[in-house]
Amino acid sequence: MVNVKVEFLGGLDAIFEKQRVHKVTVDKEDPVTVGDLIEHIVSTMIKNPNDVCIFIEEDSIRPGIITLINDTDWELEGEKDYVLEDGDIVSFTSTLHGG
Amino acid sequence: MSDHQSRSIESELEALRLENAQLREQLASRKDITQDYPLSLEEYQRYGRQMIVEETGGVAGQVKLKNAKILVVGAGGLGCPALPYLAGAGVGRIGIVDNDVVETSNLHRQVLHNSERVGMLKCESASQSITKLNPHVNVVTYPVRLNSSNAFGIFEGYDYILDCTDSPLTRYLISDVAVNLGITVVSASGLGTEGQLTILNFNNMGPCYRCFYPTPPPPNAVTSCQEGGVIGPCIGLVGTMMAVETLKLILGIYTNENFKPFLMLYSGFPQQSLRTFKMRGRKDNCLCCGENRTITREAIEKGEINYELFCGSRNYNVCQPDERLSVSEFQDLYKGDGCLENSYIIDVRPSHHYEISHFSETINIPVKKLRDMNGDIKKLQEKLPTVGKDSNIVVLCRYGNDSQVATRLLKDKFGFSKVRDVRGGYFKYIDDIDQTIPKY
Repeated sequence: MVNVKVEFLGGLDAIFEKQRVHKVTVDKEDPVTVGDLIEHIVSTMIKNPNDVCIFIEEDSIRPGIITLINDTDWELEGEKDYVLEDGDIVSFTSTLHGG
Repeated sequence: MSDHQSRSIESELEALRLENAQLREQLASRKDITQDYPLSLEEYQRYGRQMIVEETGGVAGQVKLKNAKILVVGAGGLGCPALPYLAGAGVGRIGIVDNDVVETSNLHRQVLHNSERVGMLKCESASQSITKLNPHVNVVTYPVRLNSSNAFGIFEGYDYILDCTDSPLTRYLISDVAVNLGITVVSASGLGTEGQLTILNFNNMGPCYRCFYPTPPPPNAVTSCQEGGVIGPCIGLVGTMMAVETLKLILGIYTNENFKPFLMLYSGFPQQSLRTFKMRGRKDNCLCCGENRTITREAIEKGEINYELFCGSRNYNVCQPDERLSVSEFQDLYKGDGCLENSYIIDVRPSHHYEISHFSETINIPVKKLRDMNGDIKKLQEKLPTVGKDSNIVVLCRYGNDSQVATRLLKDKFGFSKVRDVRGGYFKYIDDIDQTIPKY
């Protein structure tokens, strides 16, 4: 089990009842990875099934969304395999295009 | 000669007069100067407050700024604050690419333009404003839409590019062209109350746009300022940050040793915050800046890189012609005296749009809510108790795009047979039929 903070930025909060910051407990035997967290988000936090495609595309985070683990690009941290620790902050931010 | 042209000539004349007066003044005060200074006395005065900030490197730094050539693509919400700060700081040459004209709906955030310049090219309006601010700057305007065939010709000769554009397509193009020409890009974007900023292809060693985003977002996930709205000072702050980054690049604050790829995220609401995320470096497998490059200058200029196809576009045209009403047909059938019986007008805009202005005889069911009813007529009847399968339903939205999506939902998912949308939507109705209704 792990307790983390999850943030939905760049407009992604729209599919999480307009709430940007969530305290999340992933109740699973250790080790809990970011991949487990994403499954948890999809299965329990996205209330409207029509919204899943805004977050996930072909089993992965949708292109255009940047995932950060403790303010660092998840590519530098092992992506889905990163093992979460209590107090970690995982942020998802949609890329903006307006100018 | 148009009003705009004559106004533009007038303001050019005014700028030249100012410059002339300044030059005379300088000449007069130079008579007893024996030492050769790298800047005019007026320039020492003008830039004094920034030259005495030690980080700029004083006169040497000011000379770097004077010799710098910066290209700003887009004179909108980001370009408007970035341009005057660069001009004010004394950047020697500033190029501005934009083929849009100033519209009233731009002015809440694009504060370099003004109400008198509605209809004028944005690059021309921006050029006039920054020339007035600092006549020492050599401003070059490019009233064209950037594309694969003109980008190289425009970019060549510039030291840094500022990407102040508003679509994934131009963002990929700017990054690709800059990588091929070895130019560093300051790239930013904004929407709503948030903005993002990064530096791409730093010194030909930093990551490019494709390293961050090898796959473009699906077109339906791309929202424009027109569609999603934007708070002026929020995007303005991000444009101002672009100017800061550009000055740092020119002054050599970033080096190959200290530069770390980053993405900054500014949020204006509810509490203002600025986060800096540590980002991936250049990717070996990047098609543009990696080891086996396929996105070369030749491929781009020959049109082999199809940016339109790569980024895709939304297909709104999901209705047949006979499923659509023109605004005048809509006026005759539903707004006149002989209104059809058993008919309903559903306005599918988001509720906060609907609140700005709407027809009193409509009901607001945003297209997202309609979709979430999953074709269950009982759920629709909670909003429209008397609606039935034989009802006449007209769907209305802002421009006539979402209303087509809603028409498909009502016919294909709910099973209504008599559904039509209004071509061009509420705004087309305002333009053609009743211009007294507020348009936003």
